[in-house]
Amino acid sequence: MKHTISVLVENRFGVLARVAGLFSGRGFNIESLTVAETEDAAVSRMTIVTRGEDRIIEQINKQLNKLIDVIKVVDVTAEEHVERELLLVKLNAEEKNRAEILRMVEIFRGKIVDVSAKSYTVEISGGDRKIEAFIEMVRPLGMQEMARSGKIALPRGTGASAPKAKKPKSGG
Amino acid sequence: MKLKGAQIVVESLIAEGVDTIFGFPGGAVLPLYDALYGAKLKHILVRHEQGAAHMADGYARATGRCGVALVTSGPGATNTVTGIATAYMDSIPMVILTGQVPVGLIGNDAFQEADIVGITRPCTKHSYLVRDVNDLARTIKEAFYIATTGKPGPVLIDLPKDVLNAAAEFEYPKTVSLRSYNPTVEGHPAQVKRAFEAMKQAKQPVLYIGGGMILANASAELAKFAKKTRMPVTTTLMAMGAYPTRDDLFLGMLGMHGTYAANMAMHECDVMVCLGARFDDRVTGRLDAFAKNCTVIHVDIDPTSISKNVTAHIPVVADLLDVMKKLNALAEKDAIDWDDKHRPWLTRLEEWKSLYPLRYGKSETGIIKPQFVVEQAWEAAKGRDPIWTTEVGQAQMWAAQFLQFDGPRTFLSSGGLGTMGYGLPAAIGAQAAFPGRLVVNIAGDGSIQMNIQEMITAVQYSLPVKTVILNNGVLGMVHQWQELFHGKRYSSSEFQMNPDFVKLAEAYGAVGMRITKEADVRPALEEAYRINKPVLMDFVVEKEEKVFPMVPAGGTVKEMMLL
Repeated sequence: MKHTISVLVENRFGVLARVAGLFSGRGFNIESLTVAETEDAAVSRMTIVTRGEDRIIEQINKQLNKLIDVIKVVDVTAEEHVERELLLVKLNAEEKNRAEILRMVEIFRGKIVDVSAKSYTVEISGGDRKIEAFIEMVRPLGMQEMARSGKIALPRGTGASAPKAKKPKSGG
Repeated sequence: MKLKGAQIVVESLIAEGVDTIFGFPGGAVLPLYDALYGAKLKHILVRHEQGAAHMADGYARATGRCGVALVTSGPGATNTVTGIATAYMDSIPMVILTGQVPVGLIGNDAFQEADIVGITRPCTKHSYLVRDVNDLARTIKEAFYIATTGKPGPVLIDLPKDVLNAAAEFEYPKTVSLRSYNPTVEGHPAQVKRAFEAMKQAKQPVLYIGGGMILANASAELAKFAKKTRMPVTTTLMAMGAYPTRDDLFLGMLGMHGTYAANMAMHECDVMVCLGARFDDRVTGRLDAFAKNCTVIHVDIDPTSISKNVTAHIPVVADLLDVMKKLNALAEKDAIDWDDKHRPWLTRLEEWKSLYPLRYGKSETGIIKPQFVVEQAWEAAKGRDPIWTTEVGQAQMWAAQFLQFDGPRTFLSSGGLGTMGYGLPAAIGAQAAFPGRLVVNIAGDGSIQMNIQEMITAVQYSLPVKTVILNNGVLGMVHQWQELFHGKRYSSSEFQMNPDFVKLAEAYGAVGMRITKEADVRPALEEAYRINKPVLMDFVVEKEEKVFPMVPAGGTVKEMMLL
């Protein structure tokens, strides 16, 4: 099953390599990984989309937690959460296509962000189903190239994944 | 007070209570070596950086304190990788200081530059590249803290040369604050209680002890608990010494080369109490046939170890010392007659023990049996408070089977990684920590040659380590597998040539002995133990001798090959 894992890490060099190395070294697959600074410049958030049986996902969660620079790991899949991905796609904008592209962009609430004689570049954001659906719809029109950001996610409600200083715990 | 980076490193090590470090100088660490000149810190100059890492490791295993290795950049650093990986696999607390080219040159393929932080990332608990001299003291404090707490492990600090030359205000931090690192120490009381209740219900329990018991310094609590509850004990290779091997509750080592009684106990138990072990494949054999009909209790400080290979019905994440204390408190309060409850089970185990003890055939050809050498090595060591180290392979297994142990931190062996070349430098590390004790390395003629250059280190620093070579002229374990599983096709496992170990020892300034007759074994060992110098004993032993019992890799106890 597909899982979206949100990881708060110390914003230091080498942390991304540690996280990526954890996945490659243990043969876990990463479908997408995004990383950028959070509201606290000392902390970055990674959103990792991966796939695996429950046992594998449990290992991934535990192994991530074990890394010294990892502050918090939340598997948001089972929780209420908001997720978005950004798509940029350059479409063939021949005369006969243009109306159709505009129609699609409007239906999907996208934006045309660049125009040339032969192409329209479209920006769409949303959940992965919406992105996939849009790609399906415009593929027949002729795609020149595209870029996807990978998913970012946040749990709903207040402060569910905010970094807190961990206290020594007892474990069972 | 302003100090140079190099001095900050030295002062920080002293503040951490470090008394001995193992290292090898080079261009990038020259400032640090300059600061070491005349410092209140003993530096042991090794002959190969791998030796430095294993010595720091041996020192750590023998003392329970953090080992420290110091090497230069590039090849100096890369030569330690095997030693770091060895310590990582066995959770040994260690700090490795590596030199690095100046900050401005990093990434430019400078002379003797290697991305050692990158190279060692998968085999360190954590690592640092210090870019600013102002971060130096705090980084060292953190490194020692991380290396020694939670599940211990090696931590690497990469030190660019210009950072060592720069100056900063020095004040060694008293505390560490890492918001992202807080290992679970205390066992959840309700969960410990649950585990204890399950043990009370058990008719055929077994305590399966791993190296974590030694790392947690919980052996005394374990002995108390086992004796009170009359539960039989089996240990992994890493836990040798965690429980007195001559006690009647002890079943011997378990796993691939474990005893019949230990493996059968694991197979037939109704409650398996795993304390600080990780269900290694050398222990479990075929996973789908392992621990099928029992309740598994698993206590480990590392949550990732729990339910990784074998699902735990009752998991407890905690430091073992805390859990053992809690278990003992529960056992104290309980009025159950444990001996009565476990009598039928213990009787059965006794039968297995007497029917299938560890044994070996008598020599028919007059050629010395390696197991005999190991037994005699132990007999002769009585009263000398010995510490044993091993290389890897047949010699290692015979050492685990035929030596006896009364206490923890007396058997130092590369368990997880299985590193040939570990034993001699580890012995030197242990001897540096305990100059007055007898330190003996049980080696094969193959593995001893992996780091034999450290003989001279032992001689130079008057560290009188003893090396027992069980010389069969072959790579014994490889040979054994080829005989059993590859139709006796001995591909590259027979040494056509070996050095003259006696002359080699003498060339290093040590004492060399060659022993070819059974009658000479004991006298040679006793003489060697008496000599206050490094001694290398070359025992010419039976080539065809195998390590039994043996559960084939991926097999089950049902396929156990006995003698």
